[in-house]
Amino acid sequence: MTKLLHGLSSVKGFVMLLWTNKMGRFGLMIFAIFAVIAIFAPFLRTVDPNATGSCENMLVPPCAQFWFGTDDLARDIWSQLIYGSRISLLVGFTAAIIAVAVGTAVGVIAGFYGGKIGEVLMRIVDFFMMLPTLPLMIILAAVLGPSIWNIIFVVAIVSWTTTARVVRSQVLSLKERAFVEASRCIGAGDSLLMFGEIFPNVVPIIFAQAVLVVTTAIYSEAVLAFLGLGDPTTVSWGMMLHFAFESGVMSRTPNWIAPPVASIVVLIIGFTFLGTAVSDVLKPGYKETRGL
Amino acid sequence: MKGFAGFAIKKVGAACITVFAIVCANFVIFRLVPGDPLRMMFRDPRVSAEQMQLVRERFGLDKPLGEQFLAYLRELAHGNLGISFWQKRPAMDVIADRVPQTLLLIVTALIIAVILGTIFGAIAGWKMGTRSDSVILSIALSLYSIPAFCMGIILMLIFAFQLSIFPLGGISTAASGFTGFEYWKDVAWHMFLPALCVVFWYGGEYVLLTRSAMVDALGQDYIITARAKGLKESAILKNHALRNALLPVVTITGVNLAFAVAGIIEVETVFSWPGIGRLVYDAVMKRDYPVLQATFVVFAVAIVLANLVVDLIYGYIDPRIKVGGGE
Repeated sequence: MTKLLHGLSSVKGFVMLLWTNKMGRFGLMIFAIFAVIAIFAPFLRTVDPNATGSCENMLVPPCAQFWFGTDDLARDIWSQLIYGSRISLLVGFTAAIIAVAVGTAVGVIAGFYGGKIGEVLMRIVDFFMMLPTLPLMIILAAVLGPSIWNIIFVVAIVSWTTTARVVRSQVLSLKERAFVEASRCIGAGDSLLMFGEIFPNVVPIIFAQAVLVVTTAIYSEAVLAFLGLGDPTTVSWGMMLHFAFESGVMSRTPNWIAPPVASIVVLIIGFTFLGTAVSDVLKPGYKETRGL
Repeated sequence: MKGFAGFAIKKVGAACITVFAIVCANFVIFRLVPGDPLRMMFRDPRVSAEQMQLVRERFGLDKPLGEQFLAYLRELAHGNLGISFWQKRPAMDVIADRVPQTLLLIVTALIIAVILGTIFGAIAGWKMGTRSDSVILSIALSLYSIPAFCMGIILMLIFAFQLSIFPLGGISTAASGFTGFEYWKDVAWHMFLPALCVVFWYGGEYVLLTRSAMVDALGQDYIITARAKGLKESAILKNHALRNALLPVVTITGVNLAFAVAGIIEVETVFSWPGIGRLVYDAVMKRDYPVLQATFVVFAVAIVLANLVVDLIYGYIDPRIKVGGGE
């Protein structure tokens, strides 16, 4: 195994390698900021984000008591924003873990066994890739009903295909390599070959895919919530925008729409930069770009 | 031509199978729901068990699944995808009313996006590693990664709310009585922000695509040959590099349509543009499931057909496919 692959086979090694890349460091910093906000949300909020207030506190402009003002139900926008980071990261990571796990399993099986099973699995992947993702998510979310776990499920179900395809092609080339042949010669069974020899070498690609899937998952949650398919009991940035659009007063309340839009955009750009950094560091002959 | 005919038959066959799979998936989705799908549709405790039973009989939901599926296929063959709960008329008619507006917006915006994206992408690829390359690349990457609905809200916030130079949404000024040229000028004014939004986001992607295709093409042997022949740089760029770089860009256009659909839904929703995308949002809000399902089928089938057309054009242009007999 090369040094590069070695550095990428653990989360810590992966993060450290990304830190050596300019875009990677930028992305990691943005992620770290939002992660801290999400973890310490109960301390950063000023009031309960779901608590509705009295009439005189409706649509208050930013002031000392309400840093970003209030919405049409007199809920504090700053506190909603803080708690929104939890939803984005929760959905992003949970959906990505599920999608990448399913995609990896399908990819390894399709690549390792090939033949009929591989053919059938890849046809299913092709079919899923052909479907328009957003309409499929919308229709599933609408049928399943509004809940955060349904959103996670819906996002995961449309996000596993690229991982399956990428992992499969990696496994196809790995299984012809000498070290796999050698293990087979000394009598290693299929499961040992798959999990002992091939899987560790697919890990870097899985990490790379995970970053991409987290990005699309965060985006998907925001869009679904914006389109009114979010869980009304949990505040998310997309949901805040949905309520603002439905309120009919948003032309007078930039303090209500600008913060969630900025949060979504910054978090997604951060993850996009991370994704670019990952594909950079995975290229053979990668040179560290230390210093900004 | 024989090779191409075989290739075309194979592609058309694959497309037919995919369309059938989409139709089946559409049927299955509503049956996958745990519990009673009707209960999910009418989330209202006031609907009594007798009324539910009536609805069930009216829509044939008391029959066995196989029979339901055949009935569904039969109706579909006649172009019937259900009746809109909200507008009380066939879902296909509701969609058909929205098609021209969506096509107007998306075709205009996509043409501009592809032209601008290809030009800037080619410049960036040609000047790879220079300052203009990194500026174009980082702008394109940011534009592409910002979700279309966020871009729409940002544009709306600046140009419609703060500066008030563009309308908040819609396709034309209500009750303005404009006709002829005045009317189209009004439509263009309304279309500016949504179209700009699509151009930004889709154009950003085309910059990235063309740039990487251009970088690939410039590394090929035929470019060295062209240089060795002493051709002018502009001739190399135009006749050798760009021509070859555009082929992969054309192929990806078909695949990208699945992606463009998301943009249509987001942008039309933000700007209340009365097209299919906004219809999806309206259907979600009104819980109009038949229309929602019909839009899904229409989008999915449109993508399959567009991919088929791109594949056929590509197969016709690329001599390797003709010779290889579709392998």
